[in-house]
Amino acid sequence: MATAQDSGGVFEELSKTLRANPGLVFVLLVAVVLVIDLLARFAGQEIPLFADRTLGGDLSVARFGSLVWEGIVIGLIFGLAGIGLSMTYSILNFANFSHGDLFTTGAFTGWGVALLVAGFGVADATAGYLIFVMDGRGPGPAEVGASIVASPLAILAGVVMAAVATALVALVLDRVVYYPMRDRGGIPLLIASIGVALALRSAIQFVYGSGTRGITDTQGIVVDVRDIIELIFGDVEASGGLLGWVLDASVNLHRTTLVVVAVVLIVALHLMLQRTKLGKAMRAMADNKDLALVTGIPTERVVRWTWILGAGLAGVAGYLYVLERGAMDFNLGWFLLLFIFAAVILGGIGSIYGAIAGGLVIGLVHELSIIWISSDLNAAAAFAIMILVLLYRPDGLFKGVTTA
Amino acid sequence: MSDDRSGGLKGQLWETIEKSDLRIVVFTLGFVYILFAVLIVLEQGASLDTVNPIVGAWRQITFLAAAYGILALALNLQWGYAGMFNIGIAGFMAVGVYTMALLSTSPDAVSGMGLGLPLWVGIPAGMLAAALVGLLAAIPALRLRADYLAIVTLGLSEIIRLTAGSRDISQWTEEHLNFATGGGSGISLPDRPTDPIFETATGEALIDLFVIEVAGEEFELVSSSIVQRFTWVVVMLIVMLGVYWLLLRIGYSPFGRVLQAIREDELVAQSLGKDTRWFKIKIFMVGCALMGLGGILWQGSQGFTSPNDFEPVLTFYVFIALIIGGSGSNTGSVVGAILFVGLLFEAPRRVGSVIDARVGLDGAPGTFRGAVEGLTSLEIMPLLAYTLDNLAPLQFVLLGVVLVVLVQRRPQGVLGHRTETAAAADLTKRSPRGENNE
Repeated sequence: MATAQDSGGVFEELSKTLRANPGLVFVLLVAVVLVIDLLARFAGQEIPLFADRTLGGDLSVARFGSLVWEGIVIGLIFGLAGIGLSMTYSILNFANFSHGDLFTTGAFTGWGVALLVAGFGVADATAGYLIFVMDGRGPGPAEVGASIVASPLAILAGVVMAAVATALVALVLDRVVYYPMRDRGGIPLLIASIGVALALRSAIQFVYGSGTRGITDTQGIVVDVRDIIELIFGDVEASGGLLGWVLDASVNLHRTTLVVVAVVLIVALHLMLQRTKLGKAMRAMADNKDLALVTGIPTERVVRWTWILGAGLAGVAGYLYVLERGAMDFNLGWFLLLFIFAAVILGGIGSIYGAIAGGLVIGLVHELSIIWISSDLNAAAAFAIMILVLLYRPDGLFKGVTTA
Repeated sequence: MSDDRSGGLKGQLWETIEKSDLRIVVFTLGFVYILFAVLIVLEQGASLDTVNPIVGAWRQITFLAAAYGILALALNLQWGYAGMFNIGIAGFMAVGVYTMALLSTSPDAVSGMGLGLPLWVGIPAGMLAAALVGLLAAIPALRLRADYLAIVTLGLSEIIRLTAGSRDISQWTEEHLNFATGGGSGISLPDRPTDPIFETATGEALIDLFVIEVAGEEFELVSSSIVQRFTWVVVMLIVMLGVYWLLLRIGYSPFGRVLQAIREDELVAQSLGKDTRWFKIKIFMVGCALMGLGGILWQGSQGFTSPNDFEPVLTFYVFIALIIGGSGSNTGSVVGAILFVGLLFEAPRRVGSVIDARVGLDGAPGTFRGAVEGLTSLEIMPLLAYTLDNLAPLQFVLLGVVLVVLVQRRPQGVLGHRTETAAAADLTKRSPRGENNE
């Protein structure tokens, strides 16, 4: 328990930091105004300010809750994809602009396999049609039935394929493009990665075509929580109160799958980094490459595993993103690249937990900013935050936390 | 082409060309012109009717080459001279074009809404606005590492594009300020200032130059619309020359020597009492203004523009053009722009239509799957036909591969071995974290 003296010390320290950082005062002020505004909106109150401006308005807690949930879901995607970007940035020392297209690679290869398994035996659905992710004419998503309810195994097979195929593509790219340039510094590698991004994205367009297509079957994936509970525990008699509120809610099983797979992968990665020798070597290399070399860490092997893990996670993220969104085209990852960068920068380049936290922050900003600004500017808000962090806190929001 | 200096007639020819910058540019342009003339003759046969498409293709190439030339020169000023890695070119172009449009488009345009001021207000204002946005970005961002500056400028360019495409902002400014970007549906632009020439006798005389008499009848060798648009291209070429001259002046001036010093070693320049930050901010602003100008002359001259014209990929094209020519070299920027537009951007499509016209592959499969399924029965034709039908994506694969190969094998570019005032910025010698001191 804190004594009065302790809290006095905390306040003193806080005021010292604030005086040293006038920018922080401004940020805090904005945050306070936004919170007041949010509370006023929940209460349905309007507080007149000046001219015809008001604080507050109308926003239901349920709508806010669903925005937060959407923010977390999209944030996990940014975070999952960001892990790989952060790892390559710190271990190979360059900003990989082709990371978004590795994301797309995972989405297309993963769904090819998922559809093949799910659509096995469906009339008129040839293997080629399914593998090439339903290009051209053929049975639609509802007939193929790729959903976590209709064919959970297919969805899981897709996850595995997305990881494996994307990792392979990344390894080939590393061998051909980046390996000969290892000692060439950040900017030439960055430019090369722009070339890779262009080539990879256009190759995907050439092979899969440029149309946007619906992929997933959405029948029966939104279920009431009450149904699930009753399926497991038998009849439940509860209404009203918090329990009643939870029971009356409904969940989207595709989103739930996304969250579960993402969390499992993040925990697995955490264990790998902390418990295995490889994980230790990776952290060492991210922290200080020269020291790692002197200590006898096989750097090329670590680099290889960095690509396998980073690209694999990016591929799975792309695959899961489509599971949630239901549709995709070849521009999928290219459009998300800057968000992924924003997540990584926010969390501090090189930090894996930072990337996840940064992803969640960017996801929440992306969704919640709709409350205050026009919905065609919410992406701009996320980018603006990224720029501000780069300018004023280039080590990320969680300074001091390095790799893992 | 540059490696071919192996004596003999070819070697002598190259030596003569290499002596003067102007000769290199003219030779490159001439080479691309001849290539396209040959391609079009192969496609459509040689007759008087083919003159028009050939001149049309030349116009298109020169137009794009001049546009990319101006942009590559501007980038060369920032990156080649001072080592500032700006990948927000598209955004600065957008600022220039949109400012010009908001000032000079007529108030009752089809889409969007401007103030209807004359172009001599709109164009300088566009350049000024681009320079000011550059200043806004440069003051905090130039102390960042090179790769951070890259991400900041890219983010900024996307914010600019999203802002220009915002319907809500457009509606708000339309109600309160009497101008509007038109949001995602774009904005109409004023006519090219060269167009009124063609309502006068001089203009008609110019068009008549290309009308000949064949068998007693008047024959339009080059259509009047192409002549009209080619006139604008001439204006662009003159502006490009002006920009080239400006950069040359900057390079020779004491100011330029400081820039060179900054690029080679910023710390040394600082020790000599130079306020390197101000030098960099100034040069960044000049570069951004020139990018705005490039945008105005290019996208601003086509009667209409929308946020889609300013996708980040445009920035990368300018980088490819500059890297082909060799960053740090002004002549290289121009030559790179010509080669990029001619060989990488326009030629693949042309070659495709030549093959299409010669071989005539009908019934191309609609999907890659269809093409591959043909392979299983040892038929290569479906794959070929599909490839010809889908040259556009393949062309971008080629662009990406060329960029990678250039950075890997020839970072100094085609003209990188020549020494110029601000000598080639050697990509290989950059420190891992870029050159900007933290």
